[in-house]
This record gives sequence, C-alpha cells and structure tokens, in this order.
Amino acid sequence: MAEILVLAEHVDADVKKVTLELITLARRFGEASVVWTGAGAEEGQARLAEYGATRVYVAADSVYDDYVTNPAAELLAQLVKEKSPALVLVAGNAQGKEVAGRLAVKIDSGVLTDAVDLQPGADGPVAEQSVFGGATIVHSRVRRGTPIVAMRPNAVAPEPAAGDAAIEAVSLSADATGARITNRVVAERSDRPELSEASIVVSGGRGTGGAEGFGVIEQLADAMGAAVGASRAVTDAGWYPHQFQVGQTGKTVSPQLYMAIGISGAIQHRAGMQTSKTIIAVNKDPEAPIFELADFGVVGDLFKVVPQLLEEIGKRK
Amino acid sequence: MNIVVLVKQVPDTWAERKLKDADATLDRASVDGLINELDEYAIEEGLQIAEAQRAAGNEAEVTILTMGPEKAAESIRKALSMGADKAVHLLDDGLAGSDGLSTSYALAQVLGQIGFDLVIAGSESTDARMGVMAAMLAERLGVPQVSLANKVEIDGTAIRIRRASEDGYFEVESTLPAVVSVVEKTNEPRYPSFKGIMAAKKKPVQTMSLADAGIDPALVGLGGAATEVVDHTQRPPRQAGTVVKDEGDGGAKVAEFLAAQKFI
Ligand SMILES: Cc1cc2nc3c(=O)[nH]c(=O)nc-3n(C[C@H](O)[C@H](O)[C@H](O)COP(=O)(O)OP(=O)(O)OC[C@H]3O[C@@H](n4cnc5c(N)ncnc54)[C@H](O)[C@@H]3O)c2cc1C
Repeated sequence: MAEILVLAEHVDADVKKVTLELITLARRFGEASVVWTGAGAEEGQARLAEYGATRVYVAADSVYDDYVTNPAAELLAQLVKEKSPALVLVAGNAQGKEVAGRLAVKIDSGVLTDAVDLQPGADGPVAEQSVFGGATIVHSRVRRGTPIVAMRPNAVAPEPAAGDAAIEAVSLSADATGARITNRVVAERSDRPELSEASIVVSGGRGTGGAEGFGVIEQLADAMGAAVGASRAVTDAGWYPHQFQVGQTGKTVSPQLYMAIGISGAIQHRAGMQTSKTIIAVNKDPEAPIFELADFGVVGDLFKVVPQLLEEIGKRK
Repeated sequence: MNIVVLVKQVPDTWAERKLKDADATLDRASVDGLINELDEYAIEEGLQIAEAQRAAGNEAEVTILTMGPEKAAESIRKALSMGADKAVHLLDDGLAGSDGLSTSYALAQVLGQIGFDLVIAGSESTDARMGVMAAMLAERLGVPQVSLANKVEIDGTAIRIRRASEDGYFEVESTLPAVVSVVEKTNEPRYPSFKGIMAAKKKPVQTMSLADAGIDPALVGLGGAATEVVDHTQRPPRQAGTVVKDEGDGGAKVAEFLAAQKFI
C-alpha cells in the first residue's frame, strides 16, 4: 500500500486536531506515516494509533524547535527520498505552508496550499481550493514530483480507526539550520478551544467599540463553548491580540457555526470564514455585506441583541 | 546595504476575479491591477531600513523587483514614487502561468544576478494566497528565512524579528544576507508624495527577459509549472438566509435559531 507522510503538529505530547484530520485524510490514499519532530511522541502515540496511523517517524532532536522551518522541511525531504511516499500532507496554517514551500524546492515537487478537500484522481490526488475570497472553486493537482498538500484545518472530520502507530526513530543526515528561534512568547492560554480548530467561533468587529465592549464577545463565546475571533479593525486598534484575527491575513476558519458580531463583512474578512457551515450575523446596518453570507441575521444593536441572547442561553442550560 | 523588495501586481481584491476558460490562468487583463497590499508593507519596511542605514552613515539602496506582464509597470512606478531608488522588471511572455515553485526559481535567478543583502517580501499575495515565497526563496538562495515578521530590527549584519506564530510570536535572529517577509502589523505604509511621484518618472527601471536572467524557459510558464488546474467553477451563491430586524426580541430569535440547529 502506498505510504503517505503526515507532518504532525503538537504541543509537547498533545496532538493537534488538524493532525488527526490529516491522518484520516491520508487513509484515503494509503498508509498514514506520521512524522513527529521534537519531544512527546511516546505520550502522543496512543492518540495517533486511535486515528489509524500505521507508523510514526520520530525525530526527537531539539533542532526543529530551534530553527525556522528548514529542519522540518529537510527531514521531510529526506523521508521522501528514503520512503518514496505517494503524498505529503501538512497543516495549511502559516508555518505549515512555509514548510511545504521549502520542501517543494528541496524535492522539486508541486505544492498545493489551502486545500479544503483532497480526492484520489486518475493522475494523482486532486485538491479542491476555494479562491478569490471564496468566489471560485478550483480543482488542481500536482504534475511533477511527490504531491505536497497543505490542508485547511477543519476541512475533514477526524475519524477513529485502528492503527499500530509503530514508532521508528529517524534523524537528519544533513545539516539544516538557518534563522534561529531565540524565544517563544505564547499568549496566555485561555480554556477556550483553539481558533482554527473550534467548531464554534464567535467573532467581534469594530462595532464592539473598544476593548471593553469586546468583552461581550468573550462572554458569548464562553456561553457557547466557542473560540473568540476578531476582525482586523479590532486587532489593528489593539482591542484584541493579533493571533485572533480572522481573514485574509489572519486565520482561516471553517467551523460548524460562525457568529459575526459588529463585523461589516469586508472581502478580506470573508476570505477567512466563508467556508463556515452556518453563519450568523448581528449588525445594525441592514446593508452590511455580511448579511449576504448569513444563514440567520439580526439587524440591530449588538449591545442589545447579545445580552438578550446570553440570557436566553442561560435559561436553556 | 542592498535591499531588494519583491512587488507583485494583483487584481483589485474588490473586483470580480476570474480564471480564464482557455488555460485556467488568472484573467489579469480585464481588471484593474494594483500593488499587492501586503507588498506595500514590504516596501515601507525596506524604505525605513534604508533611511536608518543612511542616518547611520551607511550607503543603502532599495530596488523593486517585479515579475509580471507589461501592465505591472504601473505598480513599479507606484513603488518608486513611495521612495524606492530603482527597479528591475522581469518581463517575458514565457513566464505566464508560472506556479509558486517556478516563480521562486525565476526570482531567485534574478536575485542571484543583481545581488542583495536583504530581500523583503509581503507575507502573501492577495490573489494566489500561498504564503510560500519567502520560504522558497530562502531555500533556493541558501540564506536564512526570517519570515512572517511583525517587527524587524537590523543591527550591523544581525537581523532580529518577531515572527507571528499560531498563538503569539517567536523572537528570531539571524545574519544578513537573508530573506524577510512581513505581515501587515509591521508598519504603516506611506502614501507617495507629489515630489515622490515626479521623481519616480526619472528613476531607472531595468527590464530583464528570461535570457537576460539566465532562466531556463522549460522551467517556467504553464509548461514549467509543477501544478495544474484541473477545472474551476464559480461558487453558487450561498442560499439567502433569514434576516430579521431587532424589535426587542433579536437575541431571543438568534437563540431560537441556534436551538433549532442544536447549537444550544
Ligand atoms: C491586505 C489587507 C488584508 C486584510 N486582512 C484582513 C483580515 O485578515 N481580517 C479582517 O477582518 N480584515 C482584513 N482586512 C481589512 C478589511 O478590509 C476591513 O477593513 C475589516 O475587516 C473591517 O473590520 P470590521 O468589519 O470590524 O469594521 P467595519 O468595516 O468598520 O465594520 C463595523 C461594523 O459594525 C457595525 N456596527 C457598529 N456598531 C454596531 C452596534 N452597536 N451593533 C451592531 N453592529 C454595529 C457597523 O454597521 C459595521 O458594519 C484587510 C485589509 C487589507 C487591505
């Protein structure tokens, strides 16, 4: 059976949901071989097995945490040469795409980014991409080398399946360094789900009026068990941190439910949330473009609508 | 310091963008082109670094490098009017249809010829949105990748950035020469002044063909691309949803909808 390489994303031993999605997807094409860089593989192994990983190549060195993208790309390039996989899958976030890009140069292979689906085709895997702010659907494929595909998080539902996840130690045979990471500043972790993985996202825009007003967005998110998102107007103004920005230059999300509160729905914002399954909008301007996308919309003042919604949610609990 | 800023002309994000039926390449002719918005931050960063170098008594020059059709000259002019010193336009019909991989090859060939201490790019283009160019170029040129910066500091030949990460940022350091990419939180791009616009008309723009840059025509364009579009369709418009006006019951209505969909 063909071997498929999946670059794992994890925080220590915690396997990120997107990795389970990629393993699930890999099984459409063959055996999922997870590539694990850094520490934590032994503890993470059970989770990988639960989703049907056949094996786990573990490169436990710290070099992967110490340098930007290059060591991970080099390791993948080496494994591509040794194992001749049919496909390499990475998470389609900013870092994953950069690894994919470097790998593509190293092994002279085509790379497809931001795929929302991937299906077997007569000439290899065919990726579906949603381009131009979601207006056009493109199917594309790699025609040279080993296909490298960066998948949008939340594009496939993780499905458990039996797997051995047999660990095999690997290490870099060539030097791969470059720009050195000297410090990692992680914003305080809240108990909320991670933005790109969450099944519900509640986002606030300029309509919240400031950091204080943005508090209602957090309240609603907590009542819904959701992640908090923000428009660029909000992150530019410093009302909420940059890593929560949704849109073209922020995160791309595809949750089951997206609630846009006080957000106009500029095309750059839509580019990051258009593929959400259900969309709710609250905006006082009936002409706001966000209503074109909304499955359900309320024209009104968010400071009236959201508190009432919170009360209703409280009643139903 | 020799600073090269990569500038791409893209179709206006607000215009209706389409792929051509014949070869599934972007229809660039029928829409207004402008500088990829993220490249404006790259230009600004290049100008600020050059200004700081000059203020410290060092020589510095900002060169704009653009690959694209004839029309991309408009974007080059705009970049020059913001204050860049000169430009190189890689212009050749053989480039049409290049994918990310082949574009990085072509740009790396030009960069190898013109030389650089620092290459600055925007974090992605608003049309292709791959976000891979800085990584690919660093790999091809064999220099450090100092990408996704929301803050850049240069100190002699040392470069330090804050790299935007999934849940905060990384502090990253390296030495020049290097490839940098910037996100839109780095700076506030300037508007061209009247003086700048006038001065731009006299600034040198060198046009390079594939042959000039030593680019193998088999490795670029539609034929040289390692990926291809199989088919493309316009997304059917989302089914119009229900929009209600808040009559004092807006929150309750949302709750009803959420409950009916089993979200609460
Ligand atoms: C290169 C580039 C990249 C970009 N990337 C992104 C991106 O990643 N993400 C992103 O979001 N944007 C991005 N933008 C910016 C985008 O164009 C918009 O400027 C931005 O999305 C606007 O944010 P907003 O909807 O919060 O603000 P506005 O457009 O100002 O909208 C605020 C809305 O709130 C409503 N409102 C006000 N008060 C109330 C109230 N009391 N109750 C209810 N509604 C109220 C108003 O009617 C209005 O519709 C980008 C732009 C560029 C040029």
